[in-house]
Amino acid sequence: MNLSIQPVVSGKAASFRDFDVEKIRSDFPVLHREVNGNPLTYLDNGASSQKPKQVIDRMTRYYEHEHANIHRGVHHLSQRATDAYEQVREATCNYLNAASSREVLFTRGTTESINLVASSWGRHFLREGDEIIVSTMEHHSNIVPWQMICEERGAKLKVIPISRAGELDMEALQGLLNERTRLVSVVHVSNALGTINPVEEIIKLAHQHDALVLLDGAQALPHMKVDVSALDVDFYAFSAHKMLGPTGLGILYGKESLLNSMPPYQGGGEMIERVTFEKTTYNELPFKFEAGTPNIADAIAFGSALEYYDELDQNELIAHEQGLLAYASGRLSQIEGIEFVGTARDKAGVLSFNLKDVHPFDVGTILDQMGIAVRTGHHCTQPLMDFYGITGTVRASFAFYNNQSDVDALVGGVEKASAILL
Amino acid sequence: MSFSIDEIQDQIIEEFQLFDQWIEKYEYIIELGKNLPDLDDQYMRNENLVPGCQSRVWLHAELEGGKAVYAADSDAIITKGIIALLIRVLSEQPPESVHEAELYFIDRIGLKDHLSSTRSNGLVSMINKMRSVARELAEVA
Ligand SMILES: Cc1ncc(COP(=O)(O)O)c(C=O)c1O
Repeated sequence: MNLSIQPVVSGKAASFRDFDVEKIRSDFPVLHREVNGNPLTYLDNGASSQKPKQVIDRMTRYYEHEHANIHRGVHHLSQRATDAYEQVREATCNYLNAASSREVLFTRGTTESINLVASSWGRHFLREGDEIIVSTMEHHSNIVPWQMICEERGAKLKVIPISRAGELDMEALQGLLNERTRLVSVVHVSNALGTINPVEEIIKLAHQHDALVLLDGAQALPHMKVDVSALDVDFYAFSAHKMLGPTGLGILYGKESLLNSMPPYQGGGEMIERVTFEKTTYNELPFKFEAGTPNIADAIAFGSALEYYDELDQNELIAHEQGLLAYASGRLSQIEGIEFVGTARDKAGVLSFNLKDVHPFDVGTILDQMGIAVRTGHHCTQPLMDFYGITGTVRASFAFYNNQSDVDALVGGVEKASAILL
Repeated sequence: MSFSIDEIQDQIIEEFQLFDQWIEKYEYIIELGKNLPDLDDQYMRNENLVPGCQSRVWLHAELEGGKAVYAADSDAIITKGIIALLIRVLSEQPPESVHEAELYFIDRIGLKDHLSSTRSNGLVSMINKMRSVARELAEVA
């Protein structure tokens, strides 16, 4: 391969070497289909990743041979399903380097993970006049739950401003932190801009003010490993479907002492120890937060997604994605009228852009005709779009299974869109 | 001489048969979008905004000589081109015909995807609004 790479990320070698992307692609059935008469170019990984056959097969095998409800049957199938489900909790704990699997809660997704903290922790601990800090670049799911609980509790929501490049104003954060700050909830990697936020520093600063930190890791884990213990983060939320896993499953990591201090989120089966009409006592962690029959099949299949990631070399994965990002940025920047949105120094594989005077929806429509899947619109970050004074962007988001041809198709598509629309 | 809704739909289907490549079709739609006059500023109001989260559509309707007359605009040019087609089909028709019209041309010219609700480009809501306005106008008439 002859690639002229213009690195956009300093200090990181951009290389496609050593990473056998074609072999990896053969694990993803959907990548071999056509859309509108063209081979599919899937660059909407930020919205949801595709699934390798290992994950699909695991789910099928579960339903064909292993299904039963868990935690309640003495019979063979129920015990096996319980084991498989709990093993994935253990695997997730190891993957995140959490202290204990009691710190790993299964939810429906990042959204529910954040809502769980807002409802349970927020309702219990927030007092009038307390402050929660988010940032301008948050996904709506890390804004609205806090607005709701702040309104209910009489607390205030503060916002960390960002630069035009799409980087958090860390000085402003220092100014916002004070003795009333209870929690800082920020996105680890921005879904709309790709910015990788300096989370170690955020956590350090927040802890100096005795404030907790929640990180929205929905877009981080697909691109990098995260060590929650090394970070010393208090809560970490993410979704399985953005990292090769099934839809409908999310994870909330929370420090054990914190989770223990929080009341249950929902009431029902599984989460109780003993129910009487006089008084109900609750189950221990993690079950206290998992009312009702959980998402057994998806959790078990998610285990195969984690195994898939574990087989990949992290450094090679990062180098490959950074290579794609650099190559795409370099080639797209040659197109007249292209304007990148989000040019932070530290970026994951997300490229948001607009063609001057063209609506992103029009660009997306033309790309779709060519079998290229991108996301267009506000990416559930309307305050961020307001900051840039735009209604939306075209967003190409990469996964490790994307290759140079995908980028070439994108560039060809944007060139065509520009020719047709301008 | 004026044509009925179905006659116009058939004309459009015939015109689109000339295109054998999607690109020609889209170039034509974009051309239609560019040629559709912008909606008068006074009508670019929130009441006329048809919600759609991807592209926005503004629609203004009035009754002229017993006919429903539509003017509309969008911030996305492909959406605006499709609006031009919808206006060509539905504007200056008796309101009751608009209300009852079956819009088969969209499917026949291969634009059905644009009218799926997931596109959220405002077109579905716009057609619904064109119909409901037509009914209101028919009641006034
Ligand atoms: C940064 C970020 N946060 C939160 C979410 C919400 O994730 P989910 O819809 O899986 O709950 C997303 C996904 O779109 C995201 O990109």
